[in-house]
Amino acid sequence: MDGGQKTNSLLLTIRDLSIEGRSSNGWTRLVDSIDLDLHRGEVLGLIGESGAGKSTLGLASMGYTRDGCRIVSGSIRFDGLDLVGCGERVRQDLRGKRIAYVAQSAAASFNPAYRLIQQHCEVPVVKGVMTSAEAQADAIELYTKMRLPTPNEIGFRYPHQVSGGQLQRTMTAMAMACRPDLIIFDEPTTALDVTTQVEVLAAIRNIVEQFGTAAIYISHDLAVVAQMADRIMVLKNGRLVEVAETRTMLAAPREDYTKSLWAVRTLAREAEAPSDAGATPVVSLCGVDAAYGSAKVLHDVSFDIHSGRTVAVVGESGSGKSTVARVISGLLQPTRGEVRFEGRALAPGYLARGRDDLRHVQMIYQMPDTALNPRQTIRDIIGRPVEFYLGLKGRAKEERIHALLDQIELDPKTYIDRRPTELSGGQKQRIGIARALAAEPKFIICDEVTSALDQLVAAGILKLLARVQKEFDLALMFITHDLATVKAVADEVVVMQQGRVVEQGPVGTVFSAPANDYTKRLLESVPEMDPEWLDRQIGARRSA
Amino acid sequence: MGKIWILVGERLALGLVTLIVVSALIFVGVELLPGDLAQQILGQSATPETVAAFRRELGLDQPAVYRYLHWLAGVAHGEFGNSLANGRPISDLLAVRLKNTLFLASFAAAISVPTALFLGVMAALYRNSIFDRLCNVVALTWVSLPEFFVAYVLVLFLAVRVALFPAISSIDAEMSLAEMLYRSFLPALTLMLVVIAHMMRMTRAAIINVLASPYVEMARLKGLSRLRVVLFHALPNALAPIINVVALNLAYLVVGVVVVEVVFVYPGLGQLLVDAVTNRDVMVVQSVGLVFAAAYILLNLLADILSIVTNPRLMNQR
Amino acid sequence: MRDFLQTLKSAPPTAWFGMAVIATMALVAVFAPLIAPYGETQIVGAQYEPWSEAFLLGTDNLGRDMFSRLVFGTRNTVGLALLATAIAFGIGSVLGIVAAVLGGLVDRILSRIIDIIMAIPSLILALMLLTIVGASIASMIFVIALIYVAPVFRLARASAQSVVVMDYIEAARLRGEGLGWLVVKEVLPNIASTLVAEFGLRFCFVFLFIAALSFLGLGIQPPTADWGSMLKENATLISFGDITPLLPAAAIALLTVSVNFVVDWMLHRSSGLKD
Repeated sequence: MDGGQKTNSLLLTIRDLSIEGRSSNGWTRLVDSIDLDLHRGEVLGLIGESGAGKSTLGLASMGYTRDGCRIVSGSIRFDGLDLVGCGERVRQDLRGKRIAYVAQSAAASFNPAYRLIQQHCEVPVVKGVMTSAEAQADAIELYTKMRLPTPNEIGFRYPHQVSGGQLQRTMTAMAMACRPDLIIFDEPTTALDVTTQVEVLAAIRNIVEQFGTAAIYISHDLAVVAQMADRIMVLKNGRLVEVAETRTMLAAPREDYTKSLWAVRTLAREAEAPSDAGATPVVSLCGVDAAYGSAKVLHDVSFDIHSGRTVAVVGESGSGKSTVARVISGLLQPTRGEVRFEGRALAPGYLARGRDDLRHVQMIYQMPDTALNPRQTIRDIIGRPVEFYLGLKGRAKEERIHALLDQIELDPKTYIDRRPTELSGGQKQRIGIARALAAEPKFIICDEVTSALDQLVAAGILKLLARVQKEFDLALMFITHDLATVKAVADEVVVMQQGRVVEQGPVGTVFSAPANDYTKRLLESVPEMDPEWLDRQIGARRSA
Repeated sequence: MGKIWILVGERLALGLVTLIVVSALIFVGVELLPGDLAQQILGQSATPETVAAFRRELGLDQPAVYRYLHWLAGVAHGEFGNSLANGRPISDLLAVRLKNTLFLASFAAAISVPTALFLGVMAALYRNSIFDRLCNVVALTWVSLPEFFVAYVLVLFLAVRVALFPAISSIDAEMSLAEMLYRSFLPALTLMLVVIAHMMRMTRAAIINVLASPYVEMARLKGLSRLRVVLFHALPNALAPIINVVALNLAYLVVGVVVVEVVFVYPGLGQLLVDAVTNRDVMVVQSVGLVFAAAYILLNLLADILSIVTNPRLMNQR
Repeated sequence: MRDFLQTLKSAPPTAWFGMAVIATMALVAVFAPLIAPYGETQIVGAQYEPWSEAFLLGTDNLGRDMFSRLVFGTRNTVGLALLATAIAFGIGSVLGIVAAVLGGLVDRILSRIIDIIMAIPSLILALMLLTIVGASIASMIFVIALIYVAPVFRLARASAQSVVVMDYIEAARLRGEGLGWLVVKEVLPNIASTLVAEFGLRFCFVFLFIAALSFLGLGIQPPTADWGSMLKENATLISFGDITPLLPAAAIALLTVSVNFVVDWMLHRSSGLKD
């Protein structure tokens, strides 16, 4: 981070690099005439949305292309070596020793058949850098540096015996084994919960600084990259959008596209008057316990949702937030307590609920790809609830479908005969909303509806939901792990941890003055658009 | 470590239950035969007295459940009763025939398993090469050939047109091993040709599946040689599916000999079964069916258990 | 239609070969009486007459025209295999999807029954069943359908299960849709292509299976012309170096290879990529 220590020699230079991948209709460009310079000890952030070509570019800097991809033109020079022109043997020798790689999913990238330390020592021993004993001692030292608990023992476990956050740190240690000049980090924290992410980010940054290793850090989350990188490159569809020093880019992005990368963060919910305490809530959970088999997943969960209001249920994986949705919809029967709809207890299982009860509680799903039947047209998908619940047929049904498509801002004439596979992710999610609205419900559960979408598209979906909520006076429940989304849409927030509600109240109150320790930790763990944020976090934790 | 033995125990118990259910089904099946067994054997001309006496002799006057348990207890001691056709004890017939069938199956397996594994690994390593495509087309063609077609083509070319091997494989216990191998060469070759194609395709698929996994890409990104990636990183994880494929094909070898034995008039279990079915000798059909089913179930069970114990995730449970 | 032609154009030579053979055999089966010079069971000459102008492929062990019997055999053998496969498919796939959609007890009971059928080697099971019910065309169709319901059930259940976990199925359940709608409108269209390919494969197995049974003398009974029993009846000729008896077996092989080639191509296409 300290610019003065940086030697000014170039480590990696990429010139006019284009890579193509084989697809069903010929070759598609994945990376399109990219230039890249990386100095020794420098950390470069690569950011972009899905399909931007970040991983392809990251792998190319190791001279590696996946099966079915080819380098069309350009040069990759690593410390004077031409990685495109040299033989595979030279590249092979370089990899692991001088350029190392940290994959997104450590759980899948460690070989399940071997202990972690065996995999760690493989490269230094095979490449003759260290003896087996030296490599093992060094591994334990690196585990200590990565702040892994019980560094003497953890390496002797198998990958499936170690948690995700620890695996990711072990993999970073493994990449360090031969003290490489360059490490490629390919979304190393994307699969982790926020509270775990902070620790892994801190450990990675610490070790990279200690050894002065240059790194390419790939992520889709600008706030994360801002903590790690000296310089940031923004990619879109394989092309360079802009490149700048981290601070400069955050303070004054030149391109509109760069700004859209934090679109959801710029949304804000208009403050509304607190709900009338006397009114009957649309949906309320009263002392709900639930279990999968013998594993209890919800403990005494109670909260209300009023019409026209949005309640966000937040928590990390395993907090039970999705189970709440399953209990309300009747997919999982509570072992204790009940779900009330407009003051009246609903039957615990959906099979026992009347058609009207089913109609009033609708769901929108996380993955737009699996939420719509790929074999049905948009007309079938939206038309079915219209016919099923409201009994509309023929012309009336057709008109209703048109009205719903207008509602979600998709042109009926263009889209009504298409199938989901012909739509983009955001459009599919809009169809999901239309299907829920078609039932004319009073309450909609939104289960992580924006987490599979790129920022700008997500912001559009959130705006649409806010609009229809106002129009139909809907009660909404948002299940999410992303606190920026909570700020953008919710009136009230329910914080869950290990199946319990640890705190609930108006978003403003909870976020500005959290009463519960876990809530506090959760809020602090969300990276901010400020390069100093991680330093402050580490500082605060040390002093605590 | 404990969990894996529970899993293995479960499979064993399930295999045992299946065996018992199958034996009961076989027994009930014979019970359901239209008409009275004694009547059928003695023919329509028999007097009611002789039929009744014969029924008593066969134990047919006892309740079915009792007879089933009696039969099962006999089977457990190696007593299968007597053949209806010639009155000889079935266990004597079975002993010789089973040995011959196992000999043929092992002969075929000893050559086909290594060959198929080798070809499968090569096809996977050089995927989409000319060699791989050729293997694929040949295998696909081969899987579609009826066994008796392969068998007769071999007879035509290796026994009739060029008299290299005997077209009829009569063997007996007095022969030397070399003599037995020579005489049973054609049926064994037929079996090999039939299973190699299938085993090769499955092996190739198992390895390709593992080669596509992220940890193999990681191994390549660690700069390891191609050979090391395949031997150390891919193979240990492909072991379970490959073992499964081999065991399934062994099961097929034991059972699939029926047609081949008939073509070559090989004195094995299959020939015995077909003869018994033609003669409607239900006692023999019942016994041979049970032996075949038991062998098949046991080999499938073995496949199941081996794929559990070679799975690293299950082996190293915390 | 244009898409369809486009797809056909992209077919590899093996698939083309397969489709051509299947089409030819279908024509032969339909127009058998027009093509065959003699009747199916008509005795027209001495036994084992050599190939000649009058008897294109000679005569068989009873003096019937081989070529005519080969032509009629197409109809009998293929027709029977199609019928048995269709029955097995109808029952197996419906039960499989229902088991996947309902889950729970229904699924467990059905799966256990199928497990037991699968635990017995199919040829042995068929032989035992045929001993019990006696060899006839009807009993053979029944036995084969029963045996082949098992693998079809497993495949249909497995592929339906991967569809059943999708959110759109959950959405349909929560809407209050009944079993019929879920099976027919939501699940079936998504696994149809898998099932069609499987139909081809299973047809091959059934076809070979019937041929093997007939060969063993337990399948289609004389004097009906059938490829499996034709080989059995005339096998003696092989020991004289004559290839005529192998022709029906070659016809069996040709058809199964062709179906396999076409299915293999379809599977490749539906899996999207080359492997």
